[in-house]
Amino acid sequence: MEFINTLVNGLNIGVIYAMIALGYTMVYGIAKMLNFAHGDIIMVGGYTIYVFCAMKAASSPAFFFVAIAMAVIVCTLLGVIVEKVAYKPLRGASPLAVLITAIGVSYLLQSLSQIIFKSATKFVSVPELGKVSIGAVSIKVSTIITLVVSIAVMISLSLFVKYSKTGRAMIAVSEDRGAAQLMGINVNSIITITFAIGSALAALAGLFYLLQSPYIYNTFGAMPGIKAFTAAVIGGIGSIPGAMLGSIVLGMIESICDSIAPIAPYKDAIEFSILIIILLVRPTGILGKKRREKV
Amino acid sequence: MSSFSEKMKKFKWKHYINYIVIGVLTVVFAIISAAGGLKSSSTILLEKIAISIVLAVSLSLVVGFLGELSLGHAGFMCIGAYLGGKVASLLVPVFGNGTVTMLIALFVGGGCAALLGFLVGLPALRLKGDYLAIVTLAFGEIVKVIFQQSKLFGGNLGLSTPNRPNRNTFFIVAFALVLFTLLIIQNLMRSKHGRAITAIRDNEIAARATGINVTKYKLVAFMISAFFAGIAGVMFSYTNSSVQAVKFGYNYSIEILVMVVLGGMGSINGAILSATLITILNEKLRTVLTGDLAVLKDLLYALILIVIVIYNNAPALKGFREKYNFRNLVAKIWHPKNDPSIVKDDAASWDKVPTKIKMDEILSVDLKVGNEFTPDKPSKGDK
Repeated sequence: MEFINTLVNGLNIGVIYAMIALGYTMVYGIAKMLNFAHGDIIMVGGYTIYVFCAMKAASSPAFFFVAIAMAVIVCTLLGVIVEKVAYKPLRGASPLAVLITAIGVSYLLQSLSQIIFKSATKFVSVPELGKVSIGAVSIKVSTIITLVVSIAVMISLSLFVKYSKTGRAMIAVSEDRGAAQLMGINVNSIITITFAIGSALAALAGLFYLLQSPYIYNTFGAMPGIKAFTAAVIGGIGSIPGAMLGSIVLGMIESICDSIAPIAPYKDAIEFSILIIILLVRPTGILGKKRREKV
Repeated sequence: MSSFSEKMKKFKWKHYINYIVIGVLTVVFAIISAAGGLKSSSTILLEKIAISIVLAVSLSLVVGFLGELSLGHAGFMCIGAYLGGKVASLLVPVFGNGTVTMLIALFVGGGCAALLGFLVGLPALRLKGDYLAIVTLAFGEIVKVIFQQSKLFGGNLGLSTPNRPNRNTFFIVAFALVLFTLLIIQNLMRSKHGRAITAIRDNEIAARATGINVTKYKLVAFMISAFFAGIAGVMFSYTNSSVQAVKFGYNYSIEILVMVVLGGMGSINGAILSATLITILNEKLRTVLTGDLAVLKDLLYALILIVIVIYNNAPALKGFREKYNFRNLVAKIWHPKNDPSIVKDDAASWDKVPTKIKMDEILSVDLKVGNEFTPDKPSKGDK
């Protein structure tokens, strides 16, 4: 039963990473930039839920849904604003400049949250969800919700990208921005939509983290952000199925490390070592396409 | 006498101004310190400035000159601090807390960091930009976790290290190391090897095509950068009674990056100035902003980073930048006659280059009125 627990736990961690990694991979594929501030959008989503839960002490389930909706809206707006203010002026500039700006935005969001909410860890009064036992295995209800919602989101996102007009425009922009522009696609608005979708997914990831353990702090999103980026790179950045696959793989590795006591403290080091090894052996990740550099 | 004055004329002050300024300031502070005029808080501040300068200059080798983003510079410093501190604490009973111990500690700390720099440089051969940034970040975190967990180095409590031999004069040693760092990195950048490194930054494929060994130069740049970060780490372990891995996290790497970006990427003097400025600012703000206000400092850094990068790189601001460039403004005040901001990259100054074609003559030939080959007579307005 220990094994099944590890498996479920790994799947749980994996799908949360996938929600974040999808944001990274879509932005990377379409805007060709690494959005370092993505992890901090999770933190903003978490704090939004905290504010709404604190507003009404006896948080009724209905009100909690309002809190979730607000978190998604706030994160989406924030993602779009960050894109417009910080990244849009640098379109066409060197990648190094964009990367440093993204780091600056991440730092800015973290310090702003510290100014507004102070540095102490806060308890978020999310509704208590019990456990369900199936045979000898008992699974948390929050885990089931996380799995169901995120798998539904992933499937609908894949369908959206594959079949909707906007989604196909996204693929076109990621393959060749210039050609897409010539075909009449508004590249700027596609990039904005990408940021909006990625940020909305990050808000959901923040929610799932709070369902797991109801505490929030300033660097809430930093580690999940880096880990999810690692997952996106392992799966092949720019590829949506790759991000999902990489996230599940990383979640499983993390869960297995957690279940073996002597190596548990080193789990971050192990995950990052796997990232480095994968990048050395196959720099494009598991499902990534190789691109030839042209002069 | 005349040969001396000729030598003085050939002597390029511009190239040595940073050694001279740092050297003179160190001597001045040493004299003040010997006279007992420096408080211990000031000498500590001077030591911190020296450490920051070494870190910023060494990071600018990778970020500014090689053009690769390293987010693990604090990790290299961590290695230097832990290994240098450990070696020093082992050697103090043997050699005493003196020069020999310190030299060995510096050598070991720097050498181990350089070894790790080599290891980080290896992925750099295959990866670029964002991927490399994340790999360096991962390396920094791995180093932090390993030192935090190992019993040999004190675990979470940190490693207690020998203190500086002399509280009042240690900053002189620190600034001597700054001069050493400058000597190596500045001369490297002015040699043909340095030009090869900047060529790789500007266009790697073109650099490869001209026969530059990209592999070698990338590894060398990473190793030298890591070596000096290690040296800074050893200095840190000397100035602090204990070394804790928590300090060398991602945030510290970002702080060093802010120094490099603020000073201007690819400018050693800029890195020195901004490292000094930020360290002093840190120290002053630390006493003014306490508790939760301390974070205002981070907010300031974040804003500096964003504004400076957008200002320096945004394609839309290109014309504005060329017009109001700091360097151009200085040159305008110095030499008011030839305004460098007028000369653009693509406008070749043909009137200054000696050619066989006398462009001035061709262009200034006055055609007689009536001989003009014009179907219609030109009106007065268009000449």
